[in-house]
Amino acid sequence: MIFLRILAAFVLMGIMALVAIIWLPVSRSPLSESVPADWTASPGEGEYVMRAGDCMACHTAENGPDFAGGRAIESPLGTIYTANITPDPETGIGSWTLPQFRAAMIDGLRPDGAHLYPAMPYENYRMLTERDIRALYSYFMDEVEPVNSPVPEPELPLPFNQRWGIRVLNWAILSHDNGFDGTMGDPVLDRGQYLVEGPGHCAACHSPRTVYMGQDGIAAGEPDFLTGGFIAGQEAPPLRGQGSRIRHWPIQELTTFLATGRNFESTANGEMGLVVDHSLQHLTDDDIIAIARFLRAADRLQHEAPEEAVATGPLSIPYAQANAEGADTARMLTGAQPDMPLGARLYLDNCAQCHFVTGRGSPGIFPALQGNSLVTSSEIAPLVSIILQGARVEGTEKRPMPLVMQGYKDRLDDAEIAELASFLRQAWGNAAEPVTEAEVAEIRQSGEAIGH
Amino acid sequence: MARTDAKKDVVIVGLGWTGAIMGMELAQEGLEILALERGPNRETVPEMRYPNMIDELSQGERHNMMLRPAQSTVTIRRNLNETALPMRKWGSFLLGNGVGGSGVHWNGQNWRPQPIEMQLRSHIRDTWGEEIIPEDMTIGDYPVTYDELEPYFDRFERVAGITGAAGNINGEVQEGGNPFEGWRSGDYPMPPLPVTYNGIKFAEAARAMGYHPFLRPGGNASTSYVNEYGMQMGACNFCGFCERYGCYQYSKSSPQTTILAALFRKPNFSYRTGAEVLRVEMAADGQTATGVTYFDEEAGEEVFQPADIVILAAYQIENVRLMLLSGIGTPYDPVSGQGVTGKNYGYQITGSTSMFFRDEHFNPFIGSGINGVCIDDFGMSANDFGALGFIGGAYISSAQTNGQPIRSMPLPQDTPAWGAEWKSGIAEWYGHQMSIGHHGSVMSYRGHYCDLDPTYRDRHGRPLMRITFDWHPNELRMNAYLKEKIEEIARSMQPDVMQSSYKDYNSRYDVRPYQTTHNTGGTIMGATPETGAVNRYLQAWDKHNVFVTGAGAFVQNTQYNPTGLVGGLAYWAVDAIRRQYLRNPGPLA
Repeated sequence: MIFLRILAAFVLMGIMALVAIIWLPVSRSPLSESVPADWTASPGEGEYVMRAGDCMACHTAENGPDFAGGRAIESPLGTIYTANITPDPETGIGSWTLPQFRAAMIDGLRPDGAHLYPAMPYENYRMLTERDIRALYSYFMDEVEPVNSPVPEPELPLPFNQRWGIRVLNWAILSHDNGFDGTMGDPVLDRGQYLVEGPGHCAACHSPRTVYMGQDGIAAGEPDFLTGGFIAGQEAPPLRGQGSRIRHWPIQELTTFLATGRNFESTANGEMGLVVDHSLQHLTDDDIIAIARFLRAADRLQHEAPEEAVATGPLSIPYAQANAEGADTARMLTGAQPDMPLGARLYLDNCAQCHFVTGRGSPGIFPALQGNSLVTSSEIAPLVSIILQGARVEGTEKRPMPLVMQGYKDRLDDAEIAELASFLRQAWGNAAEPVTEAEVAEIRQSGEAIGH
Repeated sequence: MARTDAKKDVVIVGLGWTGAIMGMELAQEGLEILALERGPNRETVPEMRYPNMIDELSQGERHNMMLRPAQSTVTIRRNLNETALPMRKWGSFLLGNGVGGSGVHWNGQNWRPQPIEMQLRSHIRDTWGEEIIPEDMTIGDYPVTYDELEPYFDRFERVAGITGAAGNINGEVQEGGNPFEGWRSGDYPMPPLPVTYNGIKFAEAARAMGYHPFLRPGGNASTSYVNEYGMQMGACNFCGFCERYGCYQYSKSSPQTTILAALFRKPNFSYRTGAEVLRVEMAADGQTATGVTYFDEEAGEEVFQPADIVILAAYQIENVRLMLLSGIGTPYDPVSGQGVTGKNYGYQITGSTSMFFRDEHFNPFIGSGINGVCIDDFGMSANDFGALGFIGGAYISSAQTNGQPIRSMPLPQDTPAWGAEWKSGIAEWYGHQMSIGHHGSVMSYRGHYCDLDPTYRDRHGRPLMRITFDWHPNELRMNAYLKEKIEEIARSMQPDVMQSSYKDYNSRYDVRPYQTTHNTGGTIMGATPETGAVNRYLQAWDKHNVFVTGAGAFVQNTQYNPTGLVGGLAYWAVDAIRRQYLRNPGPLA
């Protein structure tokens, strides 16, 4: 009997809590700074915040009008579609007031009080300054073309389609104050910190997720901040800590990667390609350098500014020779004996022209495959889909040439691609599990290419 | 007239090397520019993807990348008395088509002319006297000097990403380079590529005879490269598919790898493919052009495109034809020698000696378009024209550009061309052969010219270009001299079998076998309207808003592959447009 009573008490408390969650009015965060009422953004300022915040990548469907939303975001719980954020009053945000816009950005609230799904990174945007929020608001209201285009309802099963459930989540993840106070003790580093933690919302992909799916580390000083995560079936590699490859990059290689989507050993594929295309390439050199310096400072590394964010041509950059880890594979490929494993033979016949027998590519244009997190990731779909469908790194202002790799789906069958991918994952010191023919078949079936 | 489009500041005819250079430089002035390209769009992916691109039958043999003769071709005769007939399959030269033009399908061999080649008539007059110039030889001086062009050669080499070893930096001869080259203000932007075994063997033999071997310069990247526009190339891997192919690995200099993507980002630049320009339209007073009329392939109609500046940046042959069809410059008359448009058509002369070594392996499948060791010891500046009895020069090289099975299967000449013995010949000799060849100048002559064919017309009813050309005794004498020199080197290498392929004194121009796509002249530069169709800034003498780029400007052909001079002249001319013409439109000379 006692047991039943206790149970009944818990149920009653649970119901009361639920009622509270559903019915108690939501609260909106207070202003983090006072901005004069007559303050207006300078020309281009709002657009710049939009670029820094990378609004376009998510809020634009493939080949759709800018900011009209409708891009499908696959979450583990189901599919949601990004909102139309053009100033169309009916299907967009044209009827929103500044406070309503602000609440969406930093509290994750719609004007009707409903909660936004946390695919919208309000957890990070919460750190936006009031000025940037106002600049952004006037940009969307005054400079973006309204597009009348309704977006589909989310495809989420119970209970995840109940937006009030997000409220519980928000109690856990929105515990930090809104607004931004730099902690790096240097104005440039603070600027980098702001861009990374706030508008850039790097942690949304590059920090791990907690059990309740919040970002595990949204600010410098938190132990797991930017130590790697996953996004849309793709690994977002660690940007700091022992597993971070970029900690070995000279700072100018980091700035070059951010501004152009390519550097001496890597290219920005898939989700990061979108970030470079829609956001980072549009930032000033000073901001790119500030971001790079902050990322290195946050990893306790030397962070002296490079001479320029991206070196100006003409530049002749010698390709790298095989290193100790890659020497055996390079020797086997150079020997080109007919009894090499099939994967190695396929590599020689299809890949080595650009990526070289060293597996280290040609700097700035063809990425290294040795130590490449996309190649060795537990998520094999990006690697296999690139072999199948090819890949495209968009051109940028400073490196205008799109880097386009052709696909091999018409040339190699599933078994061959499995052999090839397995070879890549184990060559030059790479040590990842092999890929099976069945896995390739499934990825081929899906027809998906990364970054589209 | 079916349609008139909105006016542009600049219309560019042809989007190859010079169209891309002109577009890029003028786009930086903020001008509204439209480029019209008669062929299709071409990008590395998908158009040049592996392995589809390296299909020798489609590309090498059936010329899929080239202009289709059904769309347009040329007629050819050897002298004024013959009736010219149309080329129905390309042979002696290959006309490119599509975005990137011939810059897509070239080997990448890139040279500057020698300084004396630019002022050749004066050089001969000052050295031997003008009387050594044959009566029918119409060579002259370019109205621009090597020294004036040097910064623009340099600029083009840095944009195009040329590899090589300098032979003369500011007058100081450099070890390992070509000691006969004109001075350069700096080294090549990329070091040379490694060389194949045939080149090493040739270099040893040449050095032993006192010659000065060096690695051929050109547009096959030896490292990763970024040019001033931020465009990029990756290092070449010697796949051996350059000429007649587009490069599938971003290693060959082309408009695609060095200019176009940067140009396409410019909001004030646009281009149309399937847009074949039919003629340049003139103002009522005939002093200036008003734009061009083109055929819009997609719409199936003629379009008038008004523009303030017209740049003819098509291939030499099409540029000459457009000038003649549009009444730009006085048509050249080979009988009276009067007129300029179409004058001084030039070509180049080649010959080679093949050597077979039973016990040597050359691995011919390892090749690149520029691969090879050269000597310039018989070049223009080294030759004593008075003593030798000819005017001209050539560089000699041992190249290994490819080992493609259909066209690159050299066999001893007594081997049957088919059947079991042919097969056993291949088994015996494949990979055991190397060759030494020369690449020589061809002078300009009164009877070598371009005009409109009186009989044959294209699908738009326009006369085809007629080329009148034959080998002249001057070049055949030079050819015989070079044969002797090459065979001397070849013999010193003691091959098991040696055979030569050169024109003899009775040779006539044969349009069937491929020779070179180095057609020049017809829109020649001149210091006066009487001596050239365009002035020293490639501006039409009689229509100041028409500029004509390309090798048509060559007063006489040089001994080298022409692209370096073509690129240098384009940068030289566009610099004058930017600095002078835009401020004050009118004749620049």
